[in-house]
Amino acid sequence: MDLRVRALETVLTEKGYVEPAALDAIVQAYETKIGPHNGARVVAKAWSDPAFKQALLADGTKAVGTLGHVSRVGDHLVIVENTPQRHNMVVCTLCSCYPWEMLGLPPVWYKAAPYRSRAVKDPRGVLADFGVTLPQEIEVRVWDSTAETRFLVLPMRPAGTEGWSEEQLAELVTRDSMIGTGLPKTPGAPS
Amino acid sequence: MNGVHDMGGMDGFGKVEPEPNEPMFHHEWESRVLAIVRAMGAAGAYNIDTSRFYRESLPPEVYLSSSYYKKWLLGLENNLIDKGYVGAGEFASGHASEPAKPLKRGKFTVNDVERVMVRGKFGRAAPGPAKFKPGDRVRARNIHPKTHTRLPRYVRGHIGVVELNLGCSVYPDTSAMEAGENPQWLYNVVFDGAELWGPEADPTVKVSIDAFEPYLEPA
Repeated sequence: MDLRVRALETVLTEKGYVEPAALDAIVQAYETKIGPHNGARVVAKAWSDPAFKQALLADGTKAVGTLGHVSRVGDHLVIVENTPQRHNMVVCTLCSCYPWEMLGLPPVWYKAAPYRSRAVKDPRGVLADFGVTLPQEIEVRVWDSTAETRFLVLPMRPAGTEGWSEEQLAELVTRDSMIGTGLPKTPGAPS
Repeated sequence: MNGVHDMGGMDGFGKVEPEPNEPMFHHEWESRVLAIVRAMGAAGAYNIDTSRFYRESLPPEVYLSSSYYKKWLLGLENNLIDKGYVGAGEFASGHASEPAKPLKRGKFTVNDVERVMVRGKFGRAAPGPAKFKPGDRVRARNIHPKTHTRLPRYVRGHIGVVELNLGCSVYPDTSAMEAGENPQWLYNVVFDGAELWGPEADPTVKVSIDAFEPYLEPA
């Protein structure tokens, strides 16, 4: 594969379509600028600031745009809130649509057949693969990302975090808790 | 197209197996493929829908047996050859031997990188009033286009309820074929698990898709 990709890059460079330095810069940007820390800060702020949370649920793109650090979010971000009555989970059955700016590049399992095939039919079974068990009566809502809308789950704030700062709260927010295949860490649990 | 990429509801793929401490890339070439796909798209060689259509169009056995970035690479090669940007012989030899085809937005340079890191805008002016509103019952049409569509098979023919009007957006079905943006209203439509998967389904499950107006009819 290595050789094949090198050949591709050489051909495109020789034809004057791309600059290798520009490709380096793209890779570097992905490696350093995006990642679940962006989403975690949004979630932690929503947990701490009721007005921000309300704005976030009303218009995710606009609310996230007001935070300097992740201002380059796309136009079509929808935040879905977990409650004691409803757990949300995000999938892309057709390919790999995922809120990159908020969570970074998707993990392999998100893009692979087992998750994409089962998430819409047996979400509780999928959650079991992640070691997550939800109460029997809670609604499980699966959001299949079939267009350019990107969904981010707002998990429930863990108990025992009263008075915590946004920075402390952000530490509890895992990537999977924002996809809906996990729950936030609980205070004091080994990380 | 009714391809193997349309996986929702299929059985037999096994358990989801998250990899602990997964690296961003497993091989360096994966990062190059990602960067090249983004760069050539930004330079105007293709749009995102066409790019997706080329991955879906890989033979089923290739699609299922290739890693994610390998699918990206194979789809990209076919796309660039079909669109006349690269000759098949050039890939084989690893060197340019044919004249370049001008790119819509010109050569991709370091000055364009910032642009790639901002997500595209897909919202467009509405061509007319929306046919549906939140709360309306709709049926996903039983259609089977042979080309690109974002209407997954598992909802076709089933009844759901419009939950959100997401505005008017580029229509992937025509965009992928380079037949125009053809903006359409987009809705989030929610289906009961039992409607999709029958009476044995988990009664607490609801599944939604984002559906373009042409995918829907009143129910």
